[in-house]
Amino acid sequence: MSSRPGVRGSQPPLDYPPYQSTVRRAPHEPLIRLPERLSDLNNPVYGWWPIGEVDNDLTRQHADEPQGQRIIVSGRVVDEDARPVAGALVEVWQANASGRYHHSNDNHPAPLDPNFTGAGRTTTDAEGRYTFTTIKPGAYPWRNHENAWRPAHIHFSLFGQNFLTRLVTQMYFPDDPLFAWDPMFQSIADEHARQRLVSRFDLTQTRPEWALGFNWDIVLRGRDATPFEERV
Amino acid sequence: MSDTPPLVATPSQTVGPFFHIGLESGSQKRLAGPLAGEEIRLLFVVTDGDGRPVADAAIELWHVSGSSPVSAFGRMPTGEDGTCEFSTVRPPGDADQQLAAHINVCVLARGLLRHLNTRLYFDGDPALDADAVLALVPKARRPTLLAIADREQPGLWRFPVRLQGKDETVFFDA
Repeated sequence: MSSRPGVRGSQPPLDYPPYQSTVRRAPHEPLIRLPERLSDLNNPVYGWWPIGEVDNDLTRQHADEPQGQRIIVSGRVVDEDARPVAGALVEVWQANASGRYHHSNDNHPAPLDPNFTGAGRTTTDAEGRYTFTTIKPGAYPWRNHENAWRPAHIHFSLFGQNFLTRLVTQMYFPDDPLFAWDPMFQSIADEHARQRLVSRFDLTQTRPEWALGFNWDIVLRGRDATPFEERV
Repeated sequence: MSDTPPLVATPSQTVGPFFHIGLESGSQKRLAGPLAGEEIRLLFVVTDGDGRPVADAAIELWHVSGSSPVSAFGRMPTGEDGTCEFSTVRPPGDADQQLAAHINVCVLARGLLRHLNTRLYFDGDPALDADAVLALVPKARRPTLLAIADREQPGLWRFPVRLQGKDETVFFDA
């Protein structure tokens, strides 16, 4: 187990004024480092997750199919030693094809899609693989700054081996022209780490006559998460 | 440890304001897991640097229960008043490791590019003085980590989470 800080600039700062909501919400006091060997931080979480049959297919959760470009998003969840993280809960949520969330607080005047909720969940297999079938989300405006638009993205929430590997993040699509103006994307100072957030178009995962494939691998923090004895 | 340099971990991004779509179906007031012990309720209230309620946060709780090797888990979104409530059992402390009874808390919200980690302890617990983590916290800030028992409602503990400013909650780098 590790709680090393990792590569400088590979995680976003808490206080990042270009993203305005950080200004009154980011703590001002420095974080206090937890000791590395706190046993309960290494406990796995109780796996109670209810996973339904169509939970990883966001195009089959209603009477009809949603509007938009059908896509398959898949990849592997690994730790910092590139070992698969099996049995990890992966939860996703996203806007519909026109950039509108199925949420009462979303006031963007774009149409809702009665056939799209935009929520999915699955668990990784023994090789750390996950797959979602969905539609490509639209970009949408927000009021962070003048003419601000979020690049198309899918929100991901992951439970790895324990409390320390918890990750909530966003997956982006390749070559999005909005990256340059997006403070969330730009909050990652390190270029290599930033590119970790961008999926890759994958023809081998593209299903003929059906859906485009995107590959997105996720690296969770922590190495030596397995007790030493099991690694010999 | 392996000899090869580690892969760079995927960066965190904010949970945003619409996380309810994806996370609410996995949310419940009662923690899931092997719960044994004294029943308690925990009332959180999340406020920002202006003292205003944070109506779009999610709180996650992880805690030891009995001698089980898995953590009990719960997740709830805050309401318009910044509050959310859980029901669980009081976790045991671990005197051998110098740990008082505590609950690991994750705070996720719009405006938090990374989730915040804090720890909830129980006011009045005689084991607090020997706790190895509290010992790392400046004395004046330790009260921000104490849940306070409600005087009228037995079993109810209140835990304010102040993201910023006066009496800012202590957050940890885990």
